[in-house]
Amino acid sequence: MAFLEISGLRKRFGSLEILKGIDLELEKGGFLVLVGPSGCGKSTLLNTIAGLETITEGTIRVDGRAIDDLHPSKRDIAMVFQSYALYPNMTVAGNISFGMEMRGVPVEERKKAIDKVAKVLQITHLLDRKPSQLSGGQRQRVAMGRALVRDPKLFLFDEPLSNLDAKLRVDMRIEIKRLHQATGTSIVYVTHDQIEAMTLATKIAVMRDGEVQQFGTPAEIYNNPKNLFVADFMGSPAMNLLTATIEGGGNDLHVSLLRPEAEPLRVPVPQIGGLAAYSGKQVIFGIRPEALTDPDGADRNAKSLFEGDCLIDVVEPAGSDTFAVTKLGGKEVVARLRADARIAPGQTARLAFNLDKAVFFDPQSQQRIG
Amino acid sequence: MSAIVSSGTAARRSNGARMFNRVVIYGLLAFFAIVYLMPLFVMLVTSFKTMDEIQNGNMLSLPSAPTFEPWVKAWGETCVGLTCAGIKGYFWNSLKMVIPAVLISTILGALNGYVLTKWRFRGHTLVFGMMLFACFIPFQSVLLPMATILGSLGRFGITLQNATGFRFGFGNPTVNLVLVHVIYGLGFTTLFFRNFYEAFPTELVKAAQVDGAGFFQIFRRIMLPNSLPIIVVTVIYQFTNIWNDFLFASAYAGTGESMPMTVALNNVVNTSTGVVEYNVNMAAAMIAAMPTLLVYVLAGRYFVRGLMAGAVKG
Repeated sequence: MAFLEISGLRKRFGSLEILKGIDLELEKGGFLVLVGPSGCGKSTLLNTIAGLETITEGTIRVDGRAIDDLHPSKRDIAMVFQSYALYPNMTVAGNISFGMEMRGVPVEERKKAIDKVAKVLQITHLLDRKPSQLSGGQRQRVAMGRALVRDPKLFLFDEPLSNLDAKLRVDMRIEIKRLHQATGTSIVYVTHDQIEAMTLATKIAVMRDGEVQQFGTPAEIYNNPKNLFVADFMGSPAMNLLTATIEGGGNDLHVSLLRPEAEPLRVPVPQIGGLAAYSGKQVIFGIRPEALTDPDGADRNAKSLFEGDCLIDVVEPAGSDTFAVTKLGGKEVVARLRADARIAPGQTARLAFNLDKAVFFDPQSQQRIG
Repeated sequence: MSAIVSSGTAARRSNGARMFNRVVIYGLLAFFAIVYLMPLFVMLVTSFKTMDEIQNGNMLSLPSAPTFEPWVKAWGETCVGLTCAGIKGYFWNSLKMVIPAVLISTILGALNGYVLTKWRFRGHTLVFGMMLFACFIPFQSVLLPMATILGSLGRFGITLQNATGFRFGFGNPTVNLVLVHVIYGLGFTTLFFRNFYEAFPTELVKAAQVDGAGFFQIFRRIMLPNSLPIIVVTVIYQFTNIWNDFLFASAYAGTGESMPMTVALNNVVNTSTGVVEYNVNMAAAMIAAMPTLLVYVLAGRYFVRGLMAGAVKG
């Protein structure tokens, strides 16, 4: 049985349904990231796990115990808030030990616990300061210290890094990952940043409009998106999603992609169940920028590679890679090339399509084909 | 060349105009400040003069031989109605009434604000709207219904005394005034605290809940320690209002032992027998005004202090 089990969870405010039947599971020691655009219900879901919001239907179990009727403090959880929510009138030590004080832990034990956590997070020298005297990163550490000191069954993080600047965010992200590896505590983490989701998670739930669009490992979400929304939301730069027509049949199935100033590009596609039925119809052809590259940089292990000439529109050297924008299927398409790939805007370049990584969607239902 | 010269003169002219504006602004400010301070000045100098000097001298002149005699007399000897023991007793009466009234109304207002913002319930806007309405009810319209209520409380006190030998404060004029001021002030204190707590980060309350703090623990440990600015505002407002109140004081405790300062001062000034002792009256008025001034001076600096820094992202 899973460590955290959410089943049939619904949340209504009057007639407005915020969460529409959520089912999720997390193994012990796992790292579940809830990701989605703002307003998708991910923070509400986290708040219901914390007990800060009541639920209308469904159950939440932690370690086999239903917790949905328990007070937040009885759920054996700890939470890190987006704004850190440090008590401004208390010192750092006071902030960390407030929860223990409320639970009646003796002073001696509290001191020991504070010292231990402070050492882990390297905030020992800050213990006597007030939150107003700390920098953003230090406040973040204190907020994590307050959660860590409880030694809870479940950690909840509500967009903990969104208030930090870009550099610090990367540092703290690594720190959270290290912390997770060191403590092995199960974590539920809310973010709207898909890179945070990919790097931290063992399981990702992509949410939209109060529904889980896809639930799986980062690799599954990235490589096998269930629908158009997930494909578009995850990955940076985003997956190229082009309108294309399926042609042919049997062993000679291909998509036809419109090109400016040239014949449509006919890209043979692998045998994917159900795709043949779309022959003569339009589909959405999805290919990630890294699966569309210069022939020398293409994956040697790919089973089906196709090379085609494309007119390069814009070249964006990013240092580690070079991004090239071309037009296919009437849309801008981003290809990710090696940094030293020799291409120039306005010229035709040969690009390799790694069709192992290509995905197809039904334009009406927006669901994955095959 | 000519352009430079002309721009130079333009600058000089605008400098002159700015100077003129400054003079007008400061002149007007000074004028109104003097007009406002004049009565206080007259009160102050008069209170240090002897009666002879007042009757023969200029009202605005400084006392030739300053004396504390009128202050001493006002505090300990002057006649209020028929008793001649100064205003000191009434001063304490006022304090005994004001301090509990201010504390209770402030704490209740803080609790109301806390509930109305952080523990919302169905219809909380209606409740708040009705409490706001209390701010607009004129004093006068409360007088009679309140008198009826206080009268029945008094009768209940007598019943209690007959039954137990003790009144438990029912019917006591000071207790009555505290009650009236708490009820009347509740609308204002609730308004102050609600608006302050509306902007108070709710995540702090949630964090405290996760930490296991209960309703009152959160109020006492998280809300109140971070509310100093609004507490100061409320206390100053309530203290000034209640201390200066004359209408309720004269209506419900207008006679006898427990008369508050404002009514006593009125009685001192309105004594119709003998010579009007202006110096003593002025000293008494100054004494009556002292506590509100003191509260302002001591607590006023917290008005502008931002104490929430560092609670959330800054």
